[in-house]
Formats: sequence, C-alpha cells, structure tokens
Amino acid sequence: MSWSDVTKDPIDPGAVLARVGRPGDGAVAFFAGVVRDENEGRPVSGMEYEGYDEMARDELAGIVAEAAGRAGTQRIAAVHRLGRLAVGEVSVAIAVSAPHRAEAFAAARYIIEEIKKRLPVWKREHYLDREAEWLEGSLPVERGNRGA
Amino acid sequence: MTETNSGPVDVTVLLFAAHRELVGGARDTIVSLPERATVDTLLARLRARGGGWSQLPRRAAVAVNRRYAGGDTVLAEGDEVALIPPVAGG
Repeated sequence: MSWSDVTKDPIDPGAVLARVGRPGDGAVAFFAGVVRDENEGRPVSGMEYEGYDEMARDELAGIVAEAAGRAGTQRIAAVHRLGRLAVGEVSVAIAVSAPHRAEAFAAARYIIEEIKKRLPVWKREHYLDREAEWLEGSLPVERGNRGA
Repeated sequence: MTETNSGPVDVTVLLFAAHRELVGGARDTIVSLPERATVDTLLARLRARGGGWSQLPRRAAVAVNRRYAGGDTVLAEGDEVALIPPVAGG
C-alpha cells in the first residue's frame, strides 16, 4: 500500500498527501525538500539532479519498506525528483500517516535521512555568479549485501 | 555464471555525475575482464586506462545489478556495475 517513485515530473505535494491517511490515522506527517536560493552565501539559480534511475527506484522502495516495518504503518508515500529544478521547486516529498504522531514523524524522518545516505542521486548546483558544480555528498557506507 | 565458462566476461560499467565527467561524458562502457574478476579488479583496470580514468577513486561505493556490493564481489557476464559517487539526494 505504500508508494514511492523517482521522476522527472514536477512533484505535486497535494497528490502525495492524498496517497496516505485512513479513518484510523490521527496523524499525518509531511516533509518536502525545496531548492533554496543560496548555499554557503552564494546565490543559487537552480539545481540539477542526476540519478541512477533504475537503482534509485528500487532503493527508495526499500527505504520506504524499512520505514513501514519500523513504524508499523503502510500509509507512506515518497517521491524524489530528477532533472533541472528552479529555486522553490520541490525535490523530494514524503507523506506518512499513522494512528499517532510519533510513528508518523519517525517514519518521515527515517526516510529523508536514508535518502541522503544511500539514494543514488547527485546534484549540481547552478550559481548566479560562477560555474555550476557537483555538491559534496556522503559515501554509502554499507558496501556489502544490504539484507534481502 | 557457470563454472565451465572460460575466457573473458563482459560487464557494463555505469558512471555518474563527477565520475562521468572525469572520463569525458559517456554513461555506459563495456569492459572485458578475466573470469572470476572482482569489483576491485575492475576498478584497478579502469584506473589503469590513464587520463581522467586514473582519477577515479581506488575504492568506491559500487552497485552490481543495482544493489550495493563489496569490492570482493565476483563479476559475471552481463553484470551491470555502477560506480556510485558520494550521494547527494534530498
């Protein structure tokens, strides 16, 4: 019942939210990552996301499944955008509903932190005042088999 | 994957982001390796090509057939091997 995707299409936060929730859920947590207009004092004009699409899709589905298992809710939706994004556009959106807020917040937090650690996606920041560059990322640490 | 198979195995190497630009642009490259070659063998071969290739990391995060894999993973004919630069999603 959970849903995830990696896409070049713009993300509609309302559509992501609409994928979760049920009458027994009293809490809905929503997180969006948005392209901001500066980084370390430099004016940013946009962000370009490159992904290993096929693997990113599998990896995001795996992260969502882990979050579902930990939080005990299947009402999770997560989507990551690829391609060229302007300032203010949504790069990632996560919605989780659960009976209570603790599980909903925890699952959303887990998903965004794992995305940052291991989703095979890279971003090149475009600046107003100089050439674009790839941003420093984090090396996925678990190189062995990551469970089934 | 069969033990009786002899001769080289061809794998598809995928490069992304800064790695791809280091070697001049193509995402996919076919590489022939000796039988029973590992991920680490492949990385050493790629670096030995010289130029931008020599700047690829000695040890990198690697995915074999779209799953993270260790340097001692043995490669088989047709495997898709992706070098994963430090990730920066979100």
